[in-house]
Amino acid sequence: MKDEGLNLIHVLILFSSLSLLSIGGGNTVIPEMHRKAVDSYSWMSGNQFADLFAISQAAPGPSILLVTLIGYKAAGITGAILATVAMILPAGTLVYLVSRFWIRSADSPLHFAIERGFAPLTVGLMLTSGWVMSKAADHDWRAWLLTGACTLLCTITKTNPILIVGGAALIGWLGWV
Amino acid sequence: MSEASAVKPSLLELALTFNHISLASFGGGLSAWSREVVVEEKKWMSEEEFLSILTMCRILPGANQVNVAIFVGAKFLGIPGAVAAVFGLTFLPAVLILLLGAAYFQYSHVPALQNALKGAAAGAIALTLSMVVKTGRKCLLSSIPWILFAATFFLNGILRWPLFGVLALTAPFALIWAWPKSKAK
Repeated sequence: MKDEGLNLIHVLILFSSLSLLSIGGGNTVIPEMHRKAVDSYSWMSGNQFADLFAISQAAPGPSILLVTLIGYKAAGITGAILATVAMILPAGTLVYLVSRFWIRSADSPLHFAIERGFAPLTVGLMLTSGWVMSKAADHDWRAWLLTGACTLLCTITKTNPILIVGGAALIGWLGWV
Repeated sequence: MSEASAVKPSLLELALTFNHISLASFGGGLSAWSREVVVEEKKWMSEEEFLSILTMCRILPGANQVNVAIFVGAKFLGIPGAVAAVFGLTFLPAVLILLLGAAYFQYSHVPALQNALKGAAAGAIALTLSMVVKTGRKCLLSSIPWILFAATFFLNGILRWPLFGVLALTAPFALIWAWPKSKAK
């Protein structure tokens, strides 16, 4: 189909440019993805975009796989593969170069300072993640109770986290949260 | 600080490990899962090395967890290692999400998993909070790191400042505090 070929080109251009712009993580370019996929190219409706976003958040794996779904809707399986590779490759190349530099600079004071100084900042950002996730999931007191119990279990015992998340999913499935 | 790296993994082991991390993150909490596996289970990185990489990976463009996979894979096996780790992280989840997406476009709703997802999200949040406690116990050992930690959470989590604004303010203080005092470290 001629349309599909054109869509493939749009997919390639869109995601390879968003890749390098996604500074601070994939979520930062989602508004731009929405603008292009819904308004510019009419690949899907706004509601469909919101549902795909929800799927990508809940499904296992990096949430950036939202682009796989957008590519699929735009141009089938080829579109899905192209979107995923286009989103990963440019930024991935840059990250690879930085990681080489990071390993080579192992003895520099900057490396030492980043390694020691960024740790407390990361812990703060992680607490933010947990906080924002709980708000997004619309936690009520029962969900908080479950979260609290799981946190305790996970912190003071050696229980395999798979069992904890699986158990929590089971409790949810039974309709208790 | 890379003395934590025990044995160099093979390409297959990198791919399988990141595949395992990825599939386990049902409901979210991917960062906590990578730390669990990379630091505690495999001992491929020390706690501080992993934490610093995590924040660098947030600053750099690209999905955070894809970036972490590149850092870990490249550390051991260069470009092939990075590719193997990213492939492991994304391939099966991409197949899975395509199946979910195809089902969604077919029936115009997600297969009824809402309740289970809600529970899994509670578990994933717990994993993330427990990571905060575990790593906090190791690196929040005096008042300055405590202040850095609290300020980062307050600005980013409560006031909802964007990541860059937060780090522009806190990272310089963190680096000054952490800069090696004498030449002999």
